Amino acid sequence: MALELPKGARYALIGPNGAGKTTLINLLTGMLAADSGTILLDGADITSLKPYQRVHRGLARTFQINTLFPRLTALESVTLAVLERDGHAHNWWRGLAAHRQAIDEAAGILRSLNIPDRETAELAYGQQRLLEIALALATRPRVLLLDEPGAGVPRDESAALFSAIESLSGELTILFIEHDMNVVFRFASRIIVMVGGRILLEGSPDEVGRDPRVREVYLGGHARAA
Amino acid sequence: MENARFRPLEYVFWACTLLPFLVTPSYLSLASQVAVTALFALSLDLILGYAGIVSLGHAAFFGMGAYTAGLIAKHYWTEPLSGLLVAAVSAGVLGYLLSHIVVRFRHLALIMLTMGFGLLLAEAANSASALTGGADGLQGFHVPGVLGFKFDMFGRAAYAYALAVLFLCFLVARRIIHSPFGLALRGIRENATRMPAIGAPTLAHLRKAYTIAAVIAGIAGAVLTHTTSTVSLETLSFGRSADVLVILILGGAGRLYGGIIGAIIYMVARDQFSGVNPQYWYFWIGLLLVAVVMFLPNGILGGLRALRKKPQ
Repeated sequence: MALELPKGARYALIGPNGAGKTTLINLLTGMLAADSGTILLDGADITSLKPYQRVHRGLARTFQINTLFPRLTALESVTLAVLERDGHAHNWWRGLAAHRQAIDEAAGILRSLNIPDRETAELAYGQQRLLEIALALATRPRVLLLDEPGAGVPRDESAALFSAIESLSGELTILFIEHDMNVVFRFASRIIVMVGGRILLEGSPDEVGRDPRVREVYLGGHARAA
Repeated sequence: MENARFRPLEYVFWACTLLPFLVTPSYLSLASQVAVTALFALSLDLILGYAGIVSLGHAAFFGMGAYTAGLIAKHYWTEPLSGLLVAAVSAGVLGYLLSHIVVRFRHLALIMLTMGFGLLLAEAANSASALTGGADGLQGFHVPGVLGFKFDMFGRAAYAYALAVLFLCFLVARRIIHSPFGLALRGIRENATRMPAIGAPTLAHLRKAYTIAAVIAGIAGAVLTHTTSTVSLETLSFGRSADVLVILILGGAGRLYGGIIGAIIYMVARDQFSGVNPQYWYFWIGLLLVAVVMFLPNGILGGLRALRKKPQ
């Protein structure tokens, strides 16, 4: 499989269940070790880097199933991500309050996504989905991989969620997995179709929408199932 | 964000730790033991309550500190504060070395590993009887006192020493908890999967926490040596590792004061019950443990906190 994500692009990754979409994200982020092949970020080989090191190089992800810190508040969680990014989380002597800048930056991220500062476990589900993204943004990524950001979110809320994603910086390269074709065709500039662990096709929404193979293996099947 | 300031109740609590001097002067040696055990429980709380590392071999560091302090007092010098420092370093070095293995495991494997290291060290100390005195314990030294105050039969200086060390270590632990590093530890406890995804070097954090906990446990062991002028194999025993875990669970893990409250209840209960019937006092501790785990899953302190929150 060969895949290239140009800077600032908005990629949707689609494909039937079991096509290997999440596996691809796990490979890119290093949560699964690749048997072979190379992963380059801005031309630098990151294949042998550990997951946390890849994050420091600017590769962040979110999770399909909420993977948050239930008993930390939203502000504590995002502040932690900011502190880790700047290498301040090693500091065990100065109080948190001395890191005002990190706290303010975290508060700014929460504000921009309209997430209230409550204990994570007490946040509404949709707000937890946004917190997934806030945590990734706090690492100041250059490439952001979103694993079904709208999973489980009601349709009317999911539009707001994707508007928030759309308004992120144009410098940021985004790849998102999504099953709702309305959302995919509305927000993606490019679409990658995966089937059986391989990339079937990569193209603009128009090209993908017109492709008979896609209609056959994915869109058609999807429409029949729905 | 959690407020790092001392709360009024905390001032009251620490003021109360001075009461044994006035109210129960005949129990000052018990009070010293409580302070030592509380400090040991505090060190376990750093890794168990905050980082989520369950250990059944924490006595390894307590014993390391106790024996180091004893060997220094016996063969080199009897000034306790410098001995305390060396004991802290030796326990810390041991903790740092073991941490490279320990932090890679979780759950049952982690418990078995920590227990295995604890047993290894205890048996090593038993075998090296030329150095440690073996089953007879390390004897034949006397630590006269600290900073000019004599460790006498009334135990005033001993309790003051143990309490002062406990308080200072508590301040350090408190500082760590409220630092960025403390937040990172809570993050690991809350979700170890997410941490690498926000760029956190989880294993390095855990190694550091484990080492710090080992240092504090070693300090606790050294204080026991200094205040009793003897070291026994019991300081390294599985029983001590298990007791401190029970103490922390009773009091409530992950809230700093849990280990201290647990130590007070446990040690006083042992003293009282074993006076009534020395053989069966573990029956009562067992009953208490079952009751706490079933009805107060966050320990006695967690239960009290829930009570205080309810009326709102």
